[in-house]
Amino acid sequence: MIEVKDLTKVYRMGDEEVAALAGVDLHIGRGEYVAVTGPSGSGKSTLMNILGGLDRPTDGIYMFEGEAVARFDDDQLADFRNRRIGFVFQSFQLLPRMSALQNVELPLIYAGVAPEPRRARAKELLERVGLGSRTDHRPNQLSGGQQQRVAIARALANSPDLLLADEPTGALDQATGQEVLALFETLNRDGLTLVIVTHDAAVAARAKRQVGFVDGRIVEDRRNAAA
Amino acid sequence: MRRRELIRFAAAAIAAHPTRSALTALGVVIGVAAVVMMTSIGLGAQQRVTNAISGLGTNLIVVSPSFARAGAGPARGAAGTQISISSGDADAIRAQVEGVSAVSAAVRGQSQVVAEGANWNTRVEGVGADYLIARDLGVGSGRMFDDVEARQGRKVALLGATVAKELFPDGDSLGKRIRVGSVPFEVIGVLATKGQSGFGQDQDDLLIAPLQAVRSRVVGGRRFRGDAVQQIYVKAQDETQLDRVQEDVTNLLRDRHRIRPGDDDDFQVQNLASILQASQAATQTFTVLLGAVAAVSLVVGGVGIMNIMLVAVSERTREIGLRMALGARRSDVLYQFALEAVTLSVAGGIIGLVIGWSGALLMATLGNWPAAVAAWAAPLSIGFSLIVGLVFGAYPSWRAAQLDPIEALRRE
Repeated sequence: MIEVKDLTKVYRMGDEEVAALAGVDLHIGRGEYVAVTGPSGSGKSTLMNILGGLDRPTDGIYMFEGEAVARFDDDQLADFRNRRIGFVFQSFQLLPRMSALQNVELPLIYAGVAPEPRRARAKELLERVGLGSRTDHRPNQLSGGQQQRVAIARALANSPDLLLADEPTGALDQATGQEVLALFETLNRDGLTLVIVTHDAAVAARAKRQVGFVDGRIVEDRRNAAA
Repeated sequence: MRRRELIRFAAAAIAAHPTRSALTALGVVIGVAAVVMMTSIGLGAQQRVTNAISGLGTNLIVVSPSFARAGAGPARGAAGTQISISSGDADAIRAQVEGVSAVSAAVRGQSQVVAEGANWNTRVEGVGADYLIARDLGVGSGRMFDDVEARQGRKVALLGATVAKELFPDGDSLGKRIRVGSVPFEVIGVLATKGQSGFGQDQDDLLIAPLQAVRSRVVGGRRFRGDAVQQIYVKAQDETQLDRVQEDVTNLLRDRHRIRPGDDDDFQVQNLASILQASQAATQTFTVLLGAVAAVSLVVGGVGIMNIMLVAVSERTREIGLRMALGARRSDVLYQFALEAVTLSVAGGIIGLVIGWSGALLMATLGNWPAAVAAWAAPLSIGFSLIVGLVFGAYPSWRAAQLDPIEALRRE
């Protein structure tokens, strides 16, 4: 599904050029559950931004289902993020003035879904993540774990091909982190492709495959036996 | 349907900060209210002047003595003090100028009028028999004096409606004796009611009588030597003759007054249409000026909107980043913020319009100032506030749309 070849990303820091990604080759098939690990500054977040269509590579090839995402213009990238990708962030990134339901509706609004089916879909998703009774709650009326589940429901709104999660358990305690990971596993079992960026070895260990980054290069790529 | 959602986002953002939104819109409220009120005042003035001038009569030419004789020429000692036009001039115009339907000389003064104990101070006009025709005035009851009575200077008078009411509260005034100053007159008619003039003057507060009867004895004095008059009213038969009649009158009077070619006239001939035009142009300039001053405050209101929108963009950077991550195009973000600015300014414009209108009406009723509220003020001020919102919302919205989603998401 994802084919990345010789991907580089170079940032200019004043006069210096810093290579966040220095030639990455990666293949991710449909239905995979990949944990991307590495110390901070290793390029794993940059990779996630490029895979998610938030950023463009300096050079290299990024094919998503046969489409050259690296060549998309801004609008194409926006639609790509809207329909193909679901994002889950460490800090949830829910809009505080909106209810859980309205937050989940957001991607559907940008997809142009009419109000009626939109509300029904958002409700269904919240039920699926176990928050069917909390649809009218504002984020500040929900616990951290519940907020992250709203964020996951939102990420699933347009039935994306790929769910990208950046330290999804980073802001959660042990128990709720486990719940979120359990939810990811259920989603993966239902066929969703998952890429999680984490530096938590325990989280990485629960993925089916681990890709390790150091200095913008892949230094490790192995399948976890247990999964 | 995506547009409708964007409007909802904008409305929600405005509702999220009610005080801030209200204060932001206030600039436009004040601006639009000022524009509406100022142009209403200007238009009111314009209407008032127009009414006042056209109330004098149609196709009318007014000849008056010219006192301003500054500059070259032999210094005629009496030029500034002595009135230069006479009833002889009026007769000459009637006899020699073609296309004239009525000519009347006039003198006027203020005098006490007494009848059966009642007492009233009013404007007394000494005029010719054709005066009513020239001025488009009518007789309410009784009759106007005729040419013979006018020439003989008979002591007959017509009362304005106000004077009639003050002197004869019980009604019938015809045939009654009154005294104008110390001179006895007989009332032969009451003028048709004319109401207030554009300048707020009661046009029914006057008395008219034959010129010969009034001159010297009532409104006379040193300035009215011989047969001098203050005004000669000349009514042209129709509008197309107006310019020619004016020219003929001028030439005739120059001839009669023996003014050599090149010298200035010692009288002035004014055509009401041209007076009207000139004063309309003047009040129009006044209106535009007032409107322009008020428009400046509208621009200031726009700057306020831009300021707050820039604050909003920087406050909501993370929200913008998130929306982009979830699939908002740059144009969606642009429209959302532009709509917010436009909604604020148009709402301010509508409120300002209502306030401006109310203010103008209030001035009209309380201040006795005829503020003409123009109907076009509504679409104009809403259109203007729309433009203000677009212009001053453009830059903040553009800034929002140009944000890098990754940077924006990282912002605390």
